[in-house]
Amino acid sequence: MTLNARKLTIALLQRKEISITIISLITISFFYSLQPKFLSPANVDVLLKITPELGIPALGVTLLMIAGEFDLSVGSVFAFTSLFTTLLLEMGVNPWLSVLLALGACSLIGLSHGLITVKTGIPSFITTLGGLLVWRGVALVITGGLPKFFAMPTEFTNIMAGKITTFLHAQMLWFFGIAIIFLLILERHKFGNWIYSTGGKKDAARAMGINTDKVKIICFILSSFTAGLGGIIQSARLNQALPNQGEGLEFDAIAAAVIGGTSLFGGAGTIIGTIIGEYLSRIIENGLIIIRAPSYYFRLYIGIVVIIAVIINLYIQRRAIRIRG
Amino acid sequence: MSKNKPLVEMIDIHKWFGRVYALQGVDFTVNHAEVVGLVGDNGAGKSTLMKILSGLYPPDKGEIYFDGKKVKFSSPKDAMNLGIETIYQDIAIAPLMNITRNVFMGRELERKIGPISFLDLRRMERESLNALRNLGLEIEDMKMPVENLSGGQRQGVVIARAMYFKSKLLILDEPTNNLSVKESLRVLEFIRELKNQNISSVFITHNLHHVYPVADKIVVLSHGKKVGEFRKEETSIEHITHLITLG
Ligand SMILES: Nc1ncnc2c1ncn2[C@@H]1O[C@H](COP(=O)(O)OP(=O)(O)OP(=O)(O)O)[C@@H](O)[C@H]1O
Ligand SMILES: [Mg+2]
Repeated sequence: MTLNARKLTIALLQRKEISITIISLITISFFYSLQPKFLSPANVDVLLKITPELGIPALGVTLLMIAGEFDLSVGSVFAFTSLFTTLLLEMGVNPWLSVLLALGACSLIGLSHGLITVKTGIPSFITTLGGLLVWRGVALVITGGLPKFFAMPTEFTNIMAGKITTFLHAQMLWFFGIAIIFLLILERHKFGNWIYSTGGKKDAARAMGINTDKVKIICFILSSFTAGLGGIIQSARLNQALPNQGEGLEFDAIAAAVIGGTSLFGGAGTIIGTIIGEYLSRIIENGLIIIRAPSYYFRLYIGIVVIIAVIINLYIQRRAIRIRG
Repeated sequence: MSKNKPLVEMIDIHKWFGRVYALQGVDFTVNHAEVVGLVGDNGAGKSTLMKILSGLYPPDKGEIYFDGKKVKFSSPKDAMNLGIETIYQDIAIAPLMNITRNVFMGRELERKIGPISFLDLRRMERESLNALRNLGLEIEDMKMPVENLSGGQRQGVVIARAMYFKSKLLILDEPTNNLSVKESLRVLEFIRELKNQNISSVFITHNLHHVYPVADKIVVLSHGKKVGEFRKEETSIEHITHLITLG
């Protein structure tokens, strides 16, 4: 290859999203070749229906990871928010108000995680691990460990998770709506620049007058909020709030972000990457079910994909640096 | 702004870190368009003194005058608003972010679309390109992550940033650390260029051969005290070395 062609290839591959799209296409062909039903309209529709509720929390997690922090509590907050809603419903609170209050409560949870992390200097890995245990515990206490009917009016469930036409569900609009807002924040708004600087080099950001504590706290709130919203959407879809819903979501969300190129060390990542990473995760999960692989294969494969993605990203980065020289 | 008053006057600055008495009554002055070399052994208090001047720490005792007016900083932003810009030891940039985003970190240019302010990326890119050119840095691609730049180029980006925002005083804490001889010379050129543009600077370094050629004045700290202050003509590298090692 000539130097220019190589530079172009590198530039293309450097868009991490492109390499991960290629991996997704390979994965899709793989499952399709084993079981053509994988691409049947019914199955594609299922995939489109379930991805948003898990993808929305991954978007919040992405912002937080770019700001240099982790949130291991999203799975628990996901369940807590739905169950808290049912608790309010049982107390006779207006359904719409219940959801707003529950989302408010989950935002406060994010605020508390953020404040504790930032003010005490305890790594967010630990504070939100605490959150993971506490909020799951609270959810179990609320319900006594039993599923609850998510008694919301049909207009509400339609707005959150109704079917619009084939291949188009309300939850997809929420997913893409929030994705677009986050994308604009990251790429086109100064707050995005603050998030990248805070995660990329906190001391530099501080020296330039950016209130990095505030940036982080806001990202913690967004992470909790998106987790809660995902939980509400899942419950609206299932008409149920489950004490164990969202279990393992914390790792799935981090995996989606990392597969999509978000750095584990902060300072880098994109919304598009996370969307593709999320779909790839769901494709692998769904594909394994379709080819009747035992369900525990899912985590195994996701683990492998995460490692491959990280290696590819590091490799591309080094190559890019070498080419420059 | 009065030309005969010094740009910065720090008077009787004290700073404790727990039981460490890091600054023990230091006076420090910078005049207009002056390059001050600040030298001294490890732990002498150079960075601490400059962090106080850039608003990162408050002094425990002492006064600061800027342009003849008494000032009190509660954050680096206050100091920046007055035109005091700092380049800390290798921490002034986020390596994964591109050049434009680094230049405008914390001071983004905006453009209103409807009620919402968005980044004015095009203008930001154009202005960064110009700022780098003014400094004599030939980099075309403003979207390049700073990580891909050489150490000297990185310092150039930071210095260009200070120039663009019309700073009056630039504090450089060991800007030539980890740089090759050639790259260090480049940074020294940048510092000279600052002076041409009437921007004063404080240059902290352990390398007297770097500071001597560009400085107008050299200040020596030792164990939290000022032990010498000379116009360059009055002193020599040997003399300063002697002061630093003996305290
Ligand atoms: N944040 C802090 N907390 C506690 N002690 C500190 C802190 N910052 C500086 N010190 C102490 O204050 C003294 C002066 O440190 P300072 O960083 O100002 O030295 P310096 O002259 O910049 O040294 P060097 O050349 O090694 O950078 C040292 O004893 C240092 O350990
Ligand atoms: Mg120092």
